Amino acid sequence: MSSMSDVAVGAAFTAAESAAIRGDFPILSRTVRGDKPLVYLDSGATSHKPRRVLDAERGFYEQHNAAVHRGAHQLAEEATDAFEGARETLAAFIGAQAREVVFTKNATEALNLVAYSFSNAAAAGAMDGVDPALAARFGLGVGDEIVITEMEHHSNLVPWQELARRTGATLRWIGVTDDGRLDLSDLDTVITDRTKVVAFTHVSNVLGTINPVAAIVQRARAVGALTVLDACQSAPHMAIDVVELGVDFIAFSGHKMFGPLGIGVLWGRYDLLKAMPPFLTGGSMIEVVRMEATTYADPPQRFEAGVPMAAQAVGLGAACDYLTDLGMARVSAHEHLLTEALLAGLAERPWVRVIGPVDGKDRSGAVAFVVEGIHPHDVGQILDDAGVAVRVGHHCAWPLHRRMKVTATTRASFAAYNTLAEVDALLTALDRVPVVFGTVV
Amino acid sequence: MDLYQEIILEHSKRPLHAGLREPFNAQVHHVNPTCGDEVTLRVQLDGQGRSAVVADVSYEATGCSISTAATSVLADEVIGHSVKEALSSFAAMRKMLTSKGTDPGDEDEIGDGVAFAGVSKYPARVKCALLSWMAFTDALTQAGVDTSAIQASHSALPGSKTITEAANTGTTTASNAITSTTMEDS
Repeated sequence: MSSMSDVAVGAAFTAAESAAIRGDFPILSRTVRGDKPLVYLDSGATSHKPRRVLDAERGFYEQHNAAVHRGAHQLAEEATDAFEGARETLAAFIGAQAREVVFTKNATEALNLVAYSFSNAAAAGAMDGVDPALAARFGLGVGDEIVITEMEHHSNLVPWQELARRTGATLRWIGVTDDGRLDLSDLDTVITDRTKVVAFTHVSNVLGTINPVAAIVQRARAVGALTVLDACQSAPHMAIDVVELGVDFIAFSGHKMFGPLGIGVLWGRYDLLKAMPPFLTGGSMIEVVRMEATTYADPPQRFEAGVPMAAQAVGLGAACDYLTDLGMARVSAHEHLLTEALLAGLAERPWVRVIGPVDGKDRSGAVAFVVEGIHPHDVGQILDDAGVAVRVGHHCAWPLHRRMKVTATTRASFAAYNTLAEVDALLTALDRVPVVFGTVV
Repeated sequence: MDLYQEIILEHSKRPLHAGLREPFNAQVHHVNPTCGDEVTLRVQLDGQGRSAVVADVSYEATGCSISTAATSVLADEVIGHSVKEALSSFAAMRKMLTSKGTDPGDEDEIGDGVAFAGVSKYPARVKCALLSWMAFTDALTQAGVDTSAIQASHSALPGSKTITEAANTGTTTASNAITSTTMEDS
């Protein structure tokens, strides 16, 4: 679609712009459950893909397909250029250097990559040649602590639990308040001199809470701990600048930000990546291989073993370009408008309880709620019957649900292509729920 | 939508035979990890093997209307019947639920269970309807019934693994078995 730079920065999309955006996403014009228009409010799980991304992926396969970083033929050169070009696009999208961007199969792998660096660093010789002060930052053992939060997605929780188990370190966490914010009141006692790494989410995939990155980073830095930010729920919805965020590592997935499935990104400070031992090993990530031992390539190749997902990287690059053309400030403003409308609509329904902040302050467009007396699976089924796609369950954040004293929730989540009419469609469909189950007469 | 039959809503609002009772030969705990739903189910048998009669099925469950109603119907269908009949009901129920809408179910075989025929058109909900049936067959196994024939054909369903949590609560006989199982996310 055309550039929107002539419209005020930070304004929601106009009706005409929204229609144009929706036209870019072929799947949004299909119907479901018979002849019902699809109202897709599950972009927090995965987003749809604009034609530009689909075309970029197809174009790679049709014109440039080859194994990158291998071979001297023309296609290999073009494929390598396309892949490395995508890396540069990703880097520009988050304000980073290309050599700091590692492609992974998804955000989960990116987070595991960092977690495994700590335990792999303990292997004999793994940190040879690394400045001892830097190497010490990856040393983890009994008496050391790993800090996460109670609102983490399992992908930023289980890898750290496992790391603690492998190393003997202790896992600690920042709690969550009743209104769905991080409880930073005891931050100084949770993050201490014993803390080696603090891993937390930028935006909760359930509550929609935007976390105060600066406050956590400041404390982590003060004690010399590394910081890892899960940006899966922020990268598609707001401008990300790695310098401004001040963390050491950022992980996010491609498929939640209009990119293809099967690709994720790890960004890390170059001096840290350079010090880290590899996670997955094999082809591509080597410097010299002998039968006795192997030396490794510099980052990012060190962390990209095997033939990489070049077509997906190209597609993700196209997704970044697409989001950049929309304007991240406008995407944020648009989704904020939808979020406020949904929160206001839910507030008018006393039989609905929002799990998470009930106002739009420091909040993104993931809105989880419970309908009193009715299981989320049943809520989701009634919504689905009206063509409204939401997610139900614990959304891979089981401890958070336990904390909020609910078994499961129904979650609507927005992307740039959603509209106020879809918020209305959700609310209208929701009104059928207590009728069907006879809880409101 | 033909999913929420009146009879399902009725069973989900007023589940039959609910609550945990004694005595019991075996107790199992099953979880559906996709939604966090749980059922703790007890079985008490009169007699031995497949000719034994299901004297009682008692349970505590948190779940959606489909899983709550399915547990209610299960208890009502199998209590007072032989293990052989109960397993036959399970087979018929499972056949219907995995038929993708092609098997309307046999009322003689599964009673109110036929109301769940619509569930088979919603693959994501099939495990809701089967959670308690899986728990029930597991409890029969723990109570010493050979259910290998029916368990062997479980492979078509979300796999399940059984972890024996504790041997005995001390509440009834020494042969009490308490197990915990997770229905794998498929």
